[in-house]
Amino acid sequence: MKKYQLGEFEEVVMLTVGVLYDEAYGVSIKKEIEGRLSRGVSVGALQTALKRLEEKGYLRSREGESTEERAGRPKKYFQITALGKRALEYSKTTREELWKAIPNMAWDIKSSGI
Amino acid sequence: MMKHTPPRVPLRFFRWFCHRDLRDSIEGDLMELYGERVNAIGKRKADWKFAKDVLLLFRPGIIRQMEGYQPANNIGMYKSYFKIGWRNLVKNKGYSAINIGGLAVGLTAAILIALWVHNELTFNKNFENYDKIAEVLQNQTFNGEVETWSSQARQIAPELRNNYGSDFKYVIMTSWNGTHKLTFNEQDVRKSGRYMEPEVTEMLTLNMLSGTRDGLKDPSSILLSESAAKAIFGDLAPLGQAIQMDDKLEVMVTGVYEDLPRNSNFHDLTFIAPWELYVTSENLEERTGWGNSWFQSLAQIEDNADMDQVSLKIKDTKLNAVVAAGDDDDRFKPEIFLHPMSRWHLYSDFKNGVSVGGGIQYVWLFGLVGVFVLLLACINFINLNTARSEKRAKEVGIRKTLGSIRIQLINQFFTESMMVVVLSFILSLVLAQLALPWFNEVSGKQIDLLWSNPYFWMIGLAFTILTGMIAGSFPAFYISSFHPARVLKGAFKAGRFSAVPRKILVVAQFTVSITLIIGTLIVFKQIQFTKNRPIGYDNIGVISAPIRADGIRDHFDAFRNDLQNSGAVKEVALTDSPLTATNVTNGGFTWEGKDPGMAEEFATLRVTHEFGEMIDWQILDGRDFSRDFASDSMAFIINESAAKYLGMENPVGKSLKWGNNGEYKIIGVVKDMITQSPYSPVKQMLFFLNYKRVNLAHVKINPDVSATEALSKIETVFKKYDPSNAFEYSFVDQDYGKKFDNERRIAKLTSAFAALAMLISCLGLFGLASFIAEQRTKEIGIRKVMGASVANLWSMLSKDFVLLVVISSLISIPIAYHYLSSWLENYEYRTSISWWIFAVTGFGAVLITLMTISYQSLKAALMNPVRSLRSE
Repeated sequence: MKKYQLGEFEEVVMLTVGVLYDEAYGVSIKKEIEGRLSRGVSVGALQTALKRLEEKGYLRSREGESTEERAGRPKKYFQITALGKRALEYSKTTREELWKAIPNMAWDIKSSGI
Repeated sequence: MMKHTPPRVPLRFFRWFCHRDLRDSIEGDLMELYGERVNAIGKRKADWKFAKDVLLLFRPGIIRQMEGYQPANNIGMYKSYFKIGWRNLVKNKGYSAINIGGLAVGLTAAILIALWVHNELTFNKNFENYDKIAEVLQNQTFNGEVETWSSQARQIAPELRNNYGSDFKYVIMTSWNGTHKLTFNEQDVRKSGRYMEPEVTEMLTLNMLSGTRDGLKDPSSILLSESAAKAIFGDLAPLGQAIQMDDKLEVMVTGVYEDLPRNSNFHDLTFIAPWELYVTSENLEERTGWGNSWFQSLAQIEDNADMDQVSLKIKDTKLNAVVAAGDDDDRFKPEIFLHPMSRWHLYSDFKNGVSVGGGIQYVWLFGLVGVFVLLLACINFINLNTARSEKRAKEVGIRKTLGSIRIQLINQFFTESMMVVVLSFILSLVLAQLALPWFNEVSGKQIDLLWSNPYFWMIGLAFTILTGMIAGSFPAFYISSFHPARVLKGAFKAGRFSAVPRKILVVAQFTVSITLIIGTLIVFKQIQFTKNRPIGYDNIGVISAPIRADGIRDHFDAFRNDLQNSGAVKEVALTDSPLTATNVTNGGFTWEGKDPGMAEEFATLRVTHEFGEMIDWQILDGRDFSRDFASDSMAFIINESAAKYLGMENPVGKSLKWGNNGEYKIIGVVKDMITQSPYSPVKQMLFFLNYKRVNLAHVKINPDVSATEALSKIETVFKKYDPSNAFEYSFVDQDYGKKFDNERRIAKLTSAFAALAMLISCLGLFGLASFIAEQRTKEIGIRKVMGASVANLWSMLSKDFVLLVVISSLISIPIAYHYLSSWLENYEYRTSISWWIFAVTGFGAVLITLMTISYQSLKAALMNPVRSLRSE
């Protein structure tokens, strides 16, 4: 069973790609994350993550059309691959198992000590 | 809607660093965001955010692969570079030869000079106590001028030992180096050596091959050098043998030491005899006092002592001793100081009592010359390479089209340059080895290429690489920057801009060459000038022979008669010093009208009656010595300078009182003669008669007799009065000529290097001219068709270069003038730097330039325009 290396930010990016389905490219992903998670996303961090994910095989890209706003540069659309889907599921499952394993008592947080 | 553009600099930066694959999509994203932001928050904030985004994009995942195309087969690439480089060299044999040859010549010069400088700087360094040994010198003031002497009185060493024992490890007295006769088993050998106090063996850390260093402690012992021992004893064991010195002293060999190296002050120390022996055999205790500075003193300071401090401490040693002894020599204000061994070879010039340099200026001079010559060669290399590079333009264009990145091209051309440099280096080693015998002869040294020394190879290699990098970098970077599209279109011409640096380099080359040539001419002029200085007497056909037996002194009249009767001799005289080195001086004179505070000093020469006639001096006033006047035994003949020195208008008839020796009457004034350095003014000199303390016999050969015949006849007479010694003689005019040896040596070396520099510059010019001519082939063809004559074309092609050379000449004039005037200041008797030297050199340079480029210009001008216009 392979180990799926997926960082927190990368996971968020992948999920957002999934959310946007066929419309996931640099700017749209950035806006979506910023809107949903209320956190700033730098173009650099995003691009690096996208590149890494593509290298790992979790995403695949395709060339889109070029528009005038983009000064004639084409868009790069991303989609989740089957491998990527498995990675996401693995991540989700392990999280849920961890959640289930926490005893109720851990949630009774009393102020104690100093 | 107006299209706003994001800030240029961040954009360009981004485009530079971003990975090629990602560039487009990311740039698109950036543009989209920018567009939105401009509408939302205004241009300035949008610009700022854009720049921030770009900066934050500068991270490892996005930055393009710098090393990129690391080919897996590096070796293969380099092999191809070598192959192509080699093919290029062979294809253009002429250029390659000029390139390699020019650089090799420059490297050879640099190697030779580097070895020479190394030799000079490591002089005396073979002695272990190098840092602690010093010579004891004295400064004395004569008439307001301070003179520095190496000569010391016999008492100086004991005085230093007694008063400053804690500062010195050893202080010794030594005689000057002299040749003595050593006899063993009836066989004579003449060797040079000194009488020294026994501690010298420890001071110089002599390597004893047999016997011990203590061997010199015995007053009737002698130490021999390895070569001296071999010469005297052959294969016999020298230790314990008895030999005779100068036919009068019996000494026993108590040790043999290893020969001292050629580059040390003591290399001619082939034997050491005990100082004690000298003192007793010459009765020095009675004859010499503080006023007789006849010897030399060497010292070694204690291990933890400081040379300068000790030197200051001992300053008044002689002064105090002299005052305590009641002598009046203190009016010369003697000061004693130490001259460290590290400064003996290169810093022995003293002016006014202070060390002002010496040999070191020649080290600087030749070091600079070496650097410049090498620089010239490198400049040539760069120039030629860059010029020729335009031929490789198409190759570069194709390589780039096929995917070469710039670094690969730089590597390729670097490799080619390195190939040439390595070849040049090998050639230069060969050339250096061949030139070494000549170089050794001219410089008077024994230098060898240090084949076995690892430092030599390391430095040589480092040097080669450095030269390769310097000379190869400019062409490499220049060629690799060609734009493939422009190049392959075919209309490529190396931009105008490259012509200017090239011109500057040519000017630089020629300035250096012309300066060197001017320098050489002036050195020659100085030598000629001094040689032409009237000597004041006739030294042609005069021989000098040292007197080694009393027989000649005791029977002088008979000796003289026999010589004259042989018919080969015109006149004979004896003196105490050589005619070319009358270095004996005396003080203690008083005369009427003398300033009582004056610290006077005269050069003196003891002569026999016929001296004046023998050398044919010119009596200006009064008369020569004459046997008719018995009173002449207390008479002086003085020279013109002495008359001025004494301040007497009519010196004839006046008298000088010489300390305890009595009163001498001046009977004549003679015209000044050069008996010391031809570069200094003539010193005030006194001549007087003495038949006892004379050491040299001078014989004027009858001009009607051939020299060889005369010499054999003279030898016979000498043998009659001195049967036990071999007849040794030298010609006075040759001895005089030797005084110019140093300057002649410099002249030879500078002329060699000037010629070399000129050669290299011309080589460069030749290459450049041919290249330019090639480039302008079409232009020339058209001009010819339009009616230009050969002369027109030739002058058009040559004009540019001639202008450059003229500029070089003008630049070199002030430079040469400045340096040569300061060199000439060294000589009191010097020539002037006349303007015609500059004119001649400039003219000569232009002429040489014309000759060099004419070949190319004429060839181009004469070419059939049909051929040149018919394109490739």
